[in-house]
Amino acid sequence: MSHMAYPTQWRRPPMMVKSRFWRIALTLGAIVYLLLAFSTIEVNYARVIEGLSRAQRFVAGFLQPDFTSRSRDIWIGIGESLTMTFTSTVVGVLISIPIGLGAARNIAPRLVYLVCRSIIAVSRSLQEIIIAIFFVALFGFGAFAGFLTLSFATIGFIGKLLAEEIEDIDEKQAEAIRATGASWVQLVNYGIQPQVMPRLIGLSLYRLDINFRESAVIGIVGAGGIGGTLNTALGRYEYDTAGAILLIIIAIVMVAEYSSGYLRRFLK
Amino acid sequence: MLKIEGLGKTYKTGDKALSDVSFDIPKGEVLGLIGPSGAGKSTLIRCINRLVQPTTGKVLLNDLNITDLRTGELRRARRRIGMIFQEYALVERLTVMENVLSGRLGYVGFWRSFLRKYPAADIANAYRLLDRVGLMQHADKRADALSGGQRQRVGIARALAQDPELLLIDEPTASLDPKTSRQIMRLIVEICRERGLPAIINIHDVVLAQQFSDRIIGLQAGRVVFDGPPSELSEDALTLIYGAEDWTAMRKGADEDAAAEAEEQAEAAKMMSAL
Repeated sequence: MSHMAYPTQWRRPPMMVKSRFWRIALTLGAIVYLLLAFSTIEVNYARVIEGLSRAQRFVAGFLQPDFTSRSRDIWIGIGESLTMTFTSTVVGVLISIPIGLGAARNIAPRLVYLVCRSIIAVSRSLQEIIIAIFFVALFGFGAFAGFLTLSFATIGFIGKLLAEEIEDIDEKQAEAIRATGASWVQLVNYGIQPQVMPRLIGLSLYRLDINFRESAVIGIVGAGGIGGTLNTALGRYEYDTAGAILLIIIAIVMVAEYSSGYLRRFLK
Repeated sequence: MLKIEGLGKTYKTGDKALSDVSFDIPKGEVLGLIGPSGAGKSTLIRCINRLVQPTTGKVLLNDLNITDLRTGELRRARRRIGMIFQEYALVERLTVMENVLSGRLGYVGFWRSFLRKYPAADIANAYRLLDRVGLMQHADKRADALSGGQRQRVGIARALAQDPELLLIDEPTASLDPKTSRQIMRLIVEICRERGLPAIINIHDVVLAQQFSDRIIGLQAGRVVFDGPPSELSEDALTLIYGAEDWTAMRKGADEDAAAEAEEQAEAAKMMSAL
């Protein structure tokens, strides 16, 4: 008999905002703000139409890329970019390993943790271009500034993700190693490294291809590499050469992406 | 051998996990530690090798007070206390051999352990232990390639590689099926007998505890409420530890289990004599 008394309808209870009034008010508020925000975008249509012809030339350059007339500059630029990418990833990862260990709350003392977290925060809060401008001012134009920029950016990226990975390990495995009387370095080597190694390698490969893409961007502010060549080509209105450079960058990024994905599949 | 005096642990959250726990264990005694979840069994065995820092009291291992050792001395004390874990706690991506050898970490320097260049005697001993637990041919497999029972055997070999004076065993059968549980418990008890090793086995299966241990301690809300031989673990004692429950039904099941166990052993003996 009692089953007659059970409700036949059920609605999912609201998870975030409990009050009906505030739910409606917040939704309406967001919509109104969005409309207002869109209305403040000013579009200069005359300028857009004027720019179309330039865009057309740009696209035409892409359709007829010129790999030959500046080929020397292009190859030097690419060589520089690849060198920069590879060296900065290796150096950046090597430096970020101790920093990542120090920034993991579960294995580092409080003071070390705070210091390492601040290094990571500084590295992450500054965008590559800003760091590149700073290093170019310090060390002059060229690949050395680019190398330093990318190494610095890699530290923040790998350091943070490695620290988070270490904080997420299976504590039981580490506890078992600690119980054998292992020292701190042995604990890291036996209890932690095996758990985070596949992720560290995967992240390093991922960072390698980010660094290549970034090397093209920071070249524009004078930090060497293919970006510099691209900037020069654009400055001379040589859109066909610029198109060729962009195509090469796209090709290399795709190769890097595919091969790092392929390598990561073997890590478990 | 091991002497625990007035041990107490209050967590930072204010939870009182242990209060005034005292007992002695002589050499070679297998002690079953029983009690409901949250009674402080895990905390108690972790206080002995200080994976958890006790708030009050002393732990004396052969008259060495473990509770106030400093880092280096604590490492030297820990290496003589083997620990076997619930759900094995093997380092899954390392090989079986590396897991067993990790029992030697307290004895070898960093570079030796980093390069996996262990002394010849350690390696021979590791093979001997793997042979003892029946995993000789699995030495080069990764730990996560083994079954539950096999992993726990590796866990036992790792603890023994430490050349321990005491074994701490935390819910060794928690994730194993009943048959494998019995095999693992039998192996642990056999090894303790062979070496005259004292062991504290934290276990929530009362039947297994009674069957395999020499002495039972019952914890309730962080206090010792029973301490005696398994035969004295009466229904009243169980009610004191766990609260009211129909214990006779459980006992009946236990008798059947014991009968099956005896039968199995008789069969094994028959097979051995046939060989």
